Amino acid sequence: MKYAKLLLSFVLTIGVFFVLNTKLGSLPPLGKFLNPSAGIWQNETDESVTGTIDIPGLTDKVTVHYNAQMIPHLFAQNEHDLYKAQGYITAKHRLWQIEFQTHAAAGRLSEIFGEGALNYDRTERRRGMGYGADQAMEYMKQHDTETLNYIQDYADGVNTYINELNPKDYPVEYKLLNYEPEAWSPKKTALLLMYMTKMLAGGDDDLEYTNVLRLVGQKNFDLLFPDFFDRTDPVIPKDTDWSFIDVPQTKLPASKALLDTIVETIEKPHPDNGSNNWAISGAKSATGNPILANDPHLGLNLPCIWFVMQLSTPNHTAFGATIPGALGIISGFNQHIAWGETNATRDVIDWYKIEFNSDRTKYKYDGAWKDVSMRVEDIKIKGKPHYKDTVLYTHHGPVVFDKNFKSDNERSGYAMRWIGHDGGNNQKTFIELNKANNYNDYVAALNFWNAPAQNFVFASTAGDIALWIQGKFPNKWEGQGKFLMDGSNPENDWQSYIPQKFNAHTKNPKRGFVSSANQHPVDENYPYYVFNDGYETYRNRVINDFFNSKETFSVADFKALHNNNFNLKASELLPYMIAHMDTATLNASEQLIFNEIKAWAFNNDINEVGPSIWRQWYGKLYDMVWDEFDDDTLALISPYTYQTIHLLKHKGDHKFMDIKATEDTIETAKDLFLLSFKKAAKRLAEIKDEKGDYTWLNYKATYAGHLLQALPAFSRFNIPIGGDRNIVNATSENHGPSWRMIVELSSPPKAIGIYPGGQSGNPGSQYYDNFIEDWAAGKYHELNVLQSQEITADIIGTQTLIPASNE
Amino acid sequence: MNKTILNFIATLVLALILSLFLPWWSVMTAALASALFIPLKKFAVFFVPFLAIFLFWSVYSFALSSGNDYTLAKRISQLLYLGSNPYLLIIITGLVGGLAAGTAALLGKQITVVTK
Repeated sequence: MKYAKLLLSFVLTIGVFFVLNTKLGSLPPLGKFLNPSAGIWQNETDESVTGTIDIPGLTDKVTVHYNAQMIPHLFAQNEHDLYKAQGYITAKHRLWQIEFQTHAAAGRLSEIFGEGALNYDRTERRRGMGYGADQAMEYMKQHDTETLNYIQDYADGVNTYINELNPKDYPVEYKLLNYEPEAWSPKKTALLLMYMTKMLAGGDDDLEYTNVLRLVGQKNFDLLFPDFFDRTDPVIPKDTDWSFIDVPQTKLPASKALLDTIVETIEKPHPDNGSNNWAISGAKSATGNPILANDPHLGLNLPCIWFVMQLSTPNHTAFGATIPGALGIISGFNQHIAWGETNATRDVIDWYKIEFNSDRTKYKYDGAWKDVSMRVEDIKIKGKPHYKDTVLYTHHGPVVFDKNFKSDNERSGYAMRWIGHDGGNNQKTFIELNKANNYNDYVAALNFWNAPAQNFVFASTAGDIALWIQGKFPNKWEGQGKFLMDGSNPENDWQSYIPQKFNAHTKNPKRGFVSSANQHPVDENYPYYVFNDGYETYRNRVINDFFNSKETFSVADFKALHNNNFNLKASELLPYMIAHMDTATLNASEQLIFNEIKAWAFNNDINEVGPSIWRQWYGKLYDMVWDEFDDDTLALISPYTYQTIHLLKHKGDHKFMDIKATEDTIETAKDLFLLSFKKAAKRLAEIKDEKGDYTWLNYKATYAGHLLQALPAFSRFNIPIGGDRNIVNATSENHGPSWRMIVELSSPPKAIGIYPGGQSGNPGSQYYDNFIEDWAAGKYHELNVLQSQEITADIIGTQTLIPASNE
Repeated sequence: MNKTILNFIATLVLALILSLFLPWWSVMTAALASALFIPLKKFAVFFVPFLAIFLFWSVYSFALSSGNDYTLAKRISQLLYLGSNPYLLIIITGLVGGLAAGTAALLGKQITVVTK
């Protein structure tokens, strides 16, 4: 009996231990998790912003002042110490984030989440994320060890922080998911830059275009997807003189698109990833100083993708938004200049059909067989054996789709040619920009930038404004890479690159301002092949119209423009829809909604109902117009909004307007207006039942989601902010201005900035999400540059990093 | 001194010390050890170490959390479907620690019975 009891209590004890020590489903290991000595209660703490910290490898003291926004101001004696300290301080506030994002970039999420993430991981690896990072590392090793050394300094700083940690100090996400941080390395910075490259230059629709071309023929394709819309207001002003360009566009070969049927393609980055930036000259400024603004539109996440810092050495002081994991200030200013970026989408991904020999060791090229090289991707899966995925590489790049992935063809595949694989030295651009004194330094810094192509806006205290569209762009023949190409034909290879000095740019243009909002970079007069690959067509016009509307502008005007909710898109179609729709059959409740939208003045403010009705109506209309492209068995793309609206207004009786499912009637645009309105009204009534009303506030319900799939406990919901995609205030549900900055180039410059998040990555800190209210309200915080010895009232704490003695 | 009080104090002190260098199961070790050396009877075998550790974990977590406006506790209680109630999370924390300790004490008691 007593032995039975012993056994029973033993089993019970082991059982309790097991249950409380193991992650069960989404439930963390409760004993470990709730243990107040080492579990999450240890994260219930504010930031430590005082004291002295020993950092191995520092050559001198680094002072870190924190201001009331928890913004660290770093004062180092040299750049090596500066980047070491930046790594340390970034890790201190954002460790889990920097590791998670680089795991995501490398296709390593299965290690944390298990088999559910395997498809994601395979996609990232087949996209060549790790390969691209390897290429960048290789490039730096061979050509620029100076930058590599700075990246190593940063890594050392991060690792110093990681080494200081006991398990009880791990960020709360590690405890929730039951894993541990690993050492940081320079390659992780390269992976982070690949992550940004994917986010901003990782999308293309070549394969979708190929399917559409096959379905509708060339003539219809050109109608639906013209290279240029009927009106453009490009980044580089239309009157720019290109006569200095003396290298011609690649000559058109006799090449034809390959009309394959492609069923499924890999996941693409968010289509709204984009930004605004602009700068006005002194002559156009109310104070006589140039003013510059930037607001990058990205996913609204917690922790935010941005982390604000001041980085100073005796020779320079840069201030602005950093991206945790990368060195230097990304969007910011120093004593002399200010800079910011928007995405300069160009088609820098092309697809080639590859034909293999029987054992897939060679592929056909130029009438001969060329060797395939192999990269074995070893994917660790939590609780399961590793998964090994062999990716075949051609001279074009990785064969993303083959018989092992989203395709069943034994002898062929599609290889990806992506500028992101070319290696390069993007990090150096920021290190140099942070120190730049003038226009020439800025141009020199941009030289190192390959991808993702960006519109780099610039303004200086010397009075210059400029905008360069910088990236490494293939010099394509007319039409090259818009569709799938034959990978065996050398004519289809990228033949050369546009010389950097011929990248489109403008300095001190006559109109007195520069701006970019992801629109077409240039008009038809630019002598290289550029086509509309999904360029934005609304924000740019609102911005440019604004700066053409009066003589001078102030910082207050800039703030108003950042927060401008005018819906140009709706204003260009809605009056036409209202005027041409037959309203005779509307019932009482539909009539009510119709009256509501008629009264709307096209502002996407939170208390309006117009934006919600518009969104529903246009959404339903769009789907009805392009029902031809609603096909689950094919990868397809529907035409862009601008062209859709153009066709609705000018070709309302085109056969595309007809709804295919209704065989005995032929619908025109006017019929679709009514049909889609009725559908929208029905849905709006449902939304009213669910949410009480359909004001834009409730309809849109903007949220900032935690990086773990918007885990509700760590996210913020129902943020009261207007705007939408294609509006200057580009805030949609979970996407929008992830950082807003305005810099007046006085001497020294004065700046304000804000982002929807907080400086701390710890959900237990009051600084985790404390900027969100002010951001939503259109407010800014002053970005006051501090001097190292100066202790102002704004400083809430000072940390001193000192060289650790080598014992 | 009363054995019950002695066991209670021993469990608590031992758990405090062991928690400095052992993971969460230090509370199980503490309860097991005090059950071996200060055996109790009947319900007290489980409930005395249970109460000791309940007290330890709930008071400690309360102390950490109240100093920070329960910022994280509110989020974690939402995460565990406790409806943003930090006090409930503190009680659950105490219960989890107590349960682990009580169970380990039962094992300790049975060992003393067998080896007597």
